[in-house]
Amino acid sequence: MKSNSGYNLMELMVCIAARQLEDGKTAVIGTGMPLAAAMLAQKTAAPSLVILFEAGGVAPKLQRLPISVADSNTQTDGLLHTSMDVIFEACQRGTIDYTFLGGAQIDMYGNINSTMIGTDYNHPKVRLPGSGGANDLASLCWKTLTITPHDKRRFVGKLDFLTTPGYLTGPGARERAGLPEGSGPFKVISTLALMGYDPDSKRMRVESLHPGVTRDQVIENTGFEMLFVDPLPETPEPADNELRILREEVDPLGLVIGKSGQ
Amino acid sequence: MNEQVQSLTPQGELFCSPDVEEARSFFREKPRTMTNKLMSVSEAVSRFVHDGDYIASGGFGGVRIASAVLHEIVRQSKKDLGLSGHTATHDFQILAAGRCFNRCDIAYIVGLEMRGLSPNGRRYMESGAVKMTEWSNATLAWRYKAASMGIPFLPARVVLGTEVMKYSAAKTIECPFTGQKLLAVPALYPDVGIIHVHRADIYGNCQLDGITIADYDVGRSSKRVIITAEHLVDTDEIRKEPIKTLLPFWLVDAVCHVRYGSYPGNMPYEYFSDEEHLAEWIQAEQDPKTFQEFLDKYIYGVNDFAEYLELKGGESRMAELHELEPLRRIGEVPVPAKGGNR
Repeated sequence: MKSNSGYNLMELMVCIAARQLEDGKTAVIGTGMPLAAAMLAQKTAAPSLVILFEAGGVAPKLQRLPISVADSNTQTDGLLHTSMDVIFEACQRGTIDYTFLGGAQIDMYGNINSTMIGTDYNHPKVRLPGSGGANDLASLCWKTLTITPHDKRRFVGKLDFLTTPGYLTGPGARERAGLPEGSGPFKVISTLALMGYDPDSKRMRVESLHPGVTRDQVIENTGFEMLFVDPLPETPEPADNELRILREEVDPLGLVIGKSGQ
Repeated sequence: MNEQVQSLTPQGELFCSPDVEEARSFFREKPRTMTNKLMSVSEAVSRFVHDGDYIASGGFGGVRIASAVLHEIVRQSKKDLGLSGHTATHDFQILAAGRCFNRCDIAYIVGLEMRGLSPNGRRYMESGAVKMTEWSNATLAWRYKAASMGIPFLPARVVLGTEVMKYSAAKTIECPFTGQKLLAVPALYPDVGIIHVHRADIYGNCQLDGITIADYDVGRSSKRVIITAEHLVDTDEIRKEPIKTLLPFWLVDAVCHVRYGSYPGNMPYEYFSDEEHLAEWIQAEQDPKTFQEFLDKYIYGVNDFAEYLELKGGESRMAELHELEPLRRIGEVPVPAKGGNR
């Protein structure tokens, strides 16, 4: 998975994801690539980004990548050790800017499935974990980012199960359902491109193609009609200092960036 | 998905009654005398966990879980339990191994966070043997909280518009003040709550260090509470830092002294998770026959949790996991219980 510029796709995705997080904001983050991105952001352009964990850890000095959103690494030198209800209530109150999720399937409105693969809820082909905190975070945080490999099994026309709300069925649907006004999907970082959402139709659109990726590649690997901004720029490559910090300080054991694309 | 999703009536089964009057009657009769509740895990499970009961497991799946109680539930072949699948990872894995539950409120099951999915947990849930109702981490946490507050439901702004709502047992309501559409999540009163803590006295007064996850409300909503503790201390130790007290004695039914009681899970400040053994669990689960041998060795073939710890390397392995613990305390030893004082 190494590109000829000397970084792999995981490293590319984490670096791009990190750049989406603005300094001076709050974020509830899950383990894996989202957390690697948030840690990298803290060590580069967003030093005062506050990272919270849904289990109750707030603003730890992250030394190692946590394995669980509750493990000791989410609590080291923290500002606050609290409980899950307190974290979700902070989201519901409107004080949390970002959340950052993964998921098995995503559709053109940024809705996510992490519950099951198959057609019959009672007899799933594959039972997946379910919402966890994903539904809650994507309902309540102001901006939702998603990071996922890009293929037709994941970017689907119809989800097998709608676990986590994106823009649901389009403009106004979140508000009609009772979800907080002005919240919703923000960015999707995939192995092929950086995507955002068209402000009018609320549909996913490519904002930049990763180096060496073509528009056709994105179309071929997407199960719905993808929109593109025009003109369509190339995603800036990871800078040397981003890669160095990511490899030496964020994930020296290669827990996230050592894994190849699935 | 389409607009239909939003208008569909939730069709999941409500496994526990949110009847607050019934709960108040139960709590009215619950003994409040400060008596010695110290007992073995085996006795606690035989006395307080009955076939058909609804169980809430504290901690966060692989962090600060009451592993010894979970093993004992499997060893005593408890059946037809209900399970709150709240942040359930290794705790779910253990109870699924024993096929102990037949209904499950689901926020997070089968998954093991960054470790992957539980193959046996998947087989169990895909077999149709378990009735499922969908929730989320926040809604299950708030269901415990509503019960702790003694009210039949809490309003919330999550789950709306999704298929989690369709397969949940929540309802939508209109705010009487603003007209806002809200989700109503029903109070959840588990029959038994099991929580692992850092220290407890023999009466049930118990304290935690670090994040509390949902345990403040698990301990208050559950009709019966089993506490396992790393350290048994005198009541005076509890009184030194009362802000750390999770539950006072009258909420607790059983206290079990279980050193390394969260193993192979992480116990913040004490020891990190045993990732090698957790990987061994997943590996063994690949094949049902291999998994049966694994369970015969580690759960059915031992008398208690201490024998399981010995099989996994005993004190020397625990010392290694202590070294791996990022929050470990250097040279600080809790004052052990002398007994008697309050």
